Amino acid sequence: MYETVIGLEVHLQLKTKTKAFCGCANSFGAEPNTLVCPVCLGLPGSLPVLNKKALEYALKVALALNCEVKEFFKFDRKNYYYPDLPKNYQISQYDMPLSINGYLEIDTETKNKRIRIKRVHLEEDAGKLIHTPEYSLVDYNRAGVPLLEIVTEPDINSAEEAYEYLVNLKSVLEYLEVSDCNMEKGSLRCDANVSLRKKGSSVLGIKTELKNMNSFKAVRDALDFEISRQRKILDGGERVIQETRLWDAEEGITISMRTKEEAHDYRYFPDPDLVIFTVDEKVIKSIKDTLPEFPRQRCLRFQKEYSLSFYDAEVLTRSKYLADYFESCAKLYPYPKEISNWLTTEVLAYLNEKKIPIEEFTLESEKLIGLLKILQAKQISRNTAKDVLRIMLDTNKDADTIIKEKNLFLISDESDLEKIVDEVIKNNPNSVNDYLKGKENAIMFLVGQVMKQTKGKADPVRVNTLLKTKLKKGGDNA
Amino acid sequence: MSTDKRMPINIENLKIHRLLELYRTKELNPKEVIDCLFSHIEKIEPKIKAFVHFNREKITKELENIPQKEGKLKGIPVTIKDNICVKDEPTTCASKILGGFSPPYDATVVERLKREGAILFGKANMDEFAFGSSCETSFYGPTHNPWNTSCVPGGSSGGSAAAVASDETVASLGSDTGGSIRQPASFCGIVGLKPTYGRVSRYGLVAFASSLDQIGPLTKDVKDCALLMNVIAGYDEKDSTSVNIPVPDYTKALVKDIRGMKIGVPREYFLEGIDKEVKKAIEEAITLIKDLKAEVKEVSLPHTEYAVATYYIIATAEASSNLARFDGVQYGYRTKDISSVNDIIQFYSRTRKEGFGAEAKRRIMLGTYVLSHGYYDAYYLRALKVRTLIRKDFEEAFKECDIILTPTSPTPPFRMGEKTENPLAMYLSDIYTISVNLAGVPAISLPCGFTNDQLPIGMQLIGKPFDEETIFRLAYTYEQNTDWHYKKPKL
Ligand SMILES: [Zn+2]
Repeated sequence: MYETVIGLEVHLQLKTKTKAFCGCANSFGAEPNTLVCPVCLGLPGSLPVLNKKALEYALKVALALNCEVKEFFKFDRKNYYYPDLPKNYQISQYDMPLSINGYLEIDTETKNKRIRIKRVHLEEDAGKLIHTPEYSLVDYNRAGVPLLEIVTEPDINSAEEAYEYLVNLKSVLEYLEVSDCNMEKGSLRCDANVSLRKKGSSVLGIKTELKNMNSFKAVRDALDFEISRQRKILDGGERVIQETRLWDAEEGITISMRTKEEAHDYRYFPDPDLVIFTVDEKVIKSIKDTLPEFPRQRCLRFQKEYSLSFYDAEVLTRSKYLADYFESCAKLYPYPKEISNWLTTEVLAYLNEKKIPIEEFTLESEKLIGLLKILQAKQISRNTAKDVLRIMLDTNKDADTIIKEKNLFLISDESDLEKIVDEVIKNNPNSVNDYLKGKENAIMFLVGQVMKQTKGKADPVRVNTLLKTKLKKGGDNA
Repeated sequence: MSTDKRMPINIENLKIHRLLELYRTKELNPKEVIDCLFSHIEKIEPKIKAFVHFNREKITKELENIPQKEGKLKGIPVTIKDNICVKDEPTTCASKILGGFSPPYDATVVERLKREGAILFGKANMDEFAFGSSCETSFYGPTHNPWNTSCVPGGSSGGSAAAVASDETVASLGSDTGGSIRQPASFCGIVGLKPTYGRVSRYGLVAFASSLDQIGPLTKDVKDCALLMNVIAGYDEKDSTSVNIPVPDYTKALVKDIRGMKIGVPREYFLEGIDKEVKKAIEEAITLIKDLKAEVKEVSLPHTEYAVATYYIIATAEASSNLARFDGVQYGYRTKDISSVNDIIQFYSRTRKEGFGAEAKRRIMLGTYVLSHGYYDAYYLRALKVRTLIRKDFEEAFKECDIILTPTSPTPPFRMGEKTENPLAMYLSDIYTISVNLAGVPAISLPCGFTNDQLPIGMQLIGKPFDEETIFRLAYTYEQNTDWHYKKPKL
C-alpha cells in the first residue's frame, strides 16, 4: 500500500494598478512592449522601488492564510540567464520571505483537514517569449508584474484533496480581491510535486514536478495519472526518476520535460538595490481589520441569517461574487430561500450552459428581483418566469418589458377565466365524470386543458380551485 | 557692444564659484567660456584622452537652450563619467559591450544638473565598468595623467579627474565604489568627494556594486565641491537606498576655523606599503592642522587588514549579478557571427566573451564563484560579517573624533602599465579608500603636497555618516591655509 504525498506551488499575479518595482501599468492584453520602462526592462542604471500596494496585497493573502508575517524581510536576486528575464536575475525572496507557517482548511469526504502553508513570498514575473519559425520575439509587458508564490507543505494526500485545496484557495483569494485568479490568462499558475511512499514510512519517495496544468481539473487529472504511473513503476520494483513532467491534456498523460538537470545554482544573494523591509504591528493590524469575511464564515452566516441549507449556503458563498449578488438581492426582497433557489438552479445552469464565468454575470439584482416580485404577485406562472429569466439573461431587458412585449401576463380577468373553465368542463364530460366519481387525478387533465386554452397564461393553482368549485357546484346541483 | 572690454579668460581660473561671479557681473558669458574650453581641449585632449564621448554641436546647442530662469549652476560646464546615464547620449561604461547604447533617460544627478542650468560637457573616460584603479582598462584606451603623461590618472574616474586637472572642464562627476573618485583626485591633484551612501541618488548610475557605489563631484577646489554637492545631493524616490533626510547648504560649512575639532589618525594606515614622500606630506599636513588648533589623536581601525579581501568578495559578487544583463538581447554589443550560433547559451557566451574586457571577466568570474553553492557561506556570508565589523570600527573611532585623516593612496601616481599585469598589486592601491565604502561613510580627497617629481599627493578626510559638513569645514580650512590647489600641471 502506498501513500501519496503532494505539495503545491501556486503563483498568483496580483492585480495592482502598477508593476512590482516600477510605475508601469499592470494589465493584460496590451500591444507587446507598450507597458515597459527602464526599470522593468532592466536597463543599466535603473533601480527597483517596491510597490506598496503589492506589499499590502501580499500581506493580505499571508494573513488570510493564517501565516506569520515576519518583522524583517528582504528581497534576493535569483540569478539565471533567459531572454525573457531582462536583468538575467529575478527579484524574489529566498531565506527571509515576508511570511511563513500558515494553513488553509479544506473539507474532505470524511473530515475537515488543515493544509499547512510553508511560505508566501513576493517576486516579479518575467516577460513572454513568442516563437515564430524565423524568430523568437520577446514581450516584456509582463516583466515586473507582481507575483505571489504560495507554497504548501507536502500535506496533500490525493488528487481530490489537491483539487479541494485549489478551489478553497481560489475562493479565499477572490474574496481578498487581490487577483483575477484566472488560470487561462495565467494569473493563477500551479505546479505540483508528487511522490509515493510506503504507508507508514516517514521517508519521502522520489518526486516528480508537474507543470503545464491550466485548470483545476487538469491538476486533478494530471495528479491522478501521475500517481498511478508512479504506482506502476514502484509495483514493478523500479525507481521513479526525479524529473519535471508536463501535463498533456489532449492525451491525458504526463510527459517528461527534463530530467533533474545539474541542480541549477541560482546564486541567490540579497538584492543590494532594495533595503531590508520592516512591517510594524500597526500595519499588520490595520490590514487584518480590512480582511473580508471568508467563505467558510460566510457560509455559516448564510445558514443562520437567511435560514438556508448548508448546500445552498455553500454554493452561494464559494464565489464571493455570487454571495455578494445574493446579498444585494436579499436587501430588495424578503424571501432569501426563493432568491437562493433561482440563483443556484436557473442562473447557475444558464451560466454553465453558456460557459460564462460568474464574474461576467451582469444582470442587475433589481431586475432579477423585479421578476420574482411579478411571480409572487401571481401575474405570471413559474414556468413563464423561467422563460422570462432566460430572455432577461440574454438581452438584459427587465422582466416587465419582456412580459408585456410577449403578452405573458396571466389572465387576470376572472370572468374570462371562468368562461374558459366552463368551456373545458363542457367539452370534457368523461374527465368530469371520472373526477366526480372520486378519481382525483382527473382534475389534472382538466387543468392542463385550461392551461392549453390560455397558452399558459392562467395560474394553475387558481385554475385548480376554480375547477373544483365549479365541479363541486355542478355535483351538488346534479 | 564690443567684447574687448571684457576680461581675457584665464583658463586656469575657471572654477564654478569664479564663473558664477563673473556671469553675475556680466564680465563673462557661458558661450565665451565654452568656446575657450573647446579650443583648449583641441590642444590638450590628444595628450590626455580624458573624454570618450564629446559632441561639440550638441553642447553648442545646449548653450542656446540654457533656461532663462535662474539655476544654481547656470552656464557651468560639468563633465559626466561614462557610467552615468545622460538621455539620448552614449553611455558605454567605456566598454565594448555597451557600444551604441544611449539611455532613454537621465540619471537623477544629471536631471538635477540640467534643472540648475549646468551644461553637460562630454562623457569622461573610465576603467571599463569602473573596474580598476588606473583608467587603463577602458575599451577606448587609457587616459593620461596631466602631471606626467606617462603616469596613470588613477581610476576608475580617471577621465573625470584628468579633465578637471588639465582644465579641459570646470568640474565633473565620478563614481566611487572603492575609491574611484578619491584616488584619481589624489593622483591628479584635485578635490574629490565620495558622499555618504544614500546621500546622492544612484538612479542612472550603471551599477558596479550597488551596496558600495556612490556618485560624487571632482572639482578644482573645496568650494566647487560644496557647490556641486548642493545640487546633486538629496533624497530620490527612484532609489530605494537613498535616504530621506534634509540636505544642508554645504557652502555654509566653508568656515576657516577648525579650533577644537578632533582629528583621528588611524595607526593601521601607516604601517607598511606607504610611500615615504606620501607619509611625509601627510605628516606635514597634520602639523599644519595642529597649528590651526585642531586636536589630533591616534585612533584604531582594527579590521583594516581585512578590508581589501572583504571588498573584493562583496564588490565582485554584486558586479557579477549587475553585469548579467549585458547579454546582447535588448541593447549594446551582440556577437557578429550570429548565423553559426547554435543556441541561446552560445549566443550569450559569445556576446559576453567578445564584449567584456579582461578585468571585467576576471571580476565576473570571481563574483560568480563566491556566490556559488558551497562557497557562499565561506566567502560572501563571511565577507558580510567582516563588513559589519569594519563598520563598527568606524563607529567606535568616531566616538573619539570628528574626522579621520589618512593618505588617500599609499603611493603617488604610478607609471602606465606598471600594475596592469599584476591585478593584486593594482587592488592594493585602493587600500586606504576601500573601508570607507564598506562602512558607507563620506570621505574627501584633497591635495596635500607633491613629490620631488612634481606628482600630486592626496589626503583623505573621512567623516561620520551624513556629516559631509565637517569634512568640508576641515578641507576648506586646510585648503585656505595652503596653496596646493593653485598649482597647475605644465601641459
Ligand atoms: Zn516599468
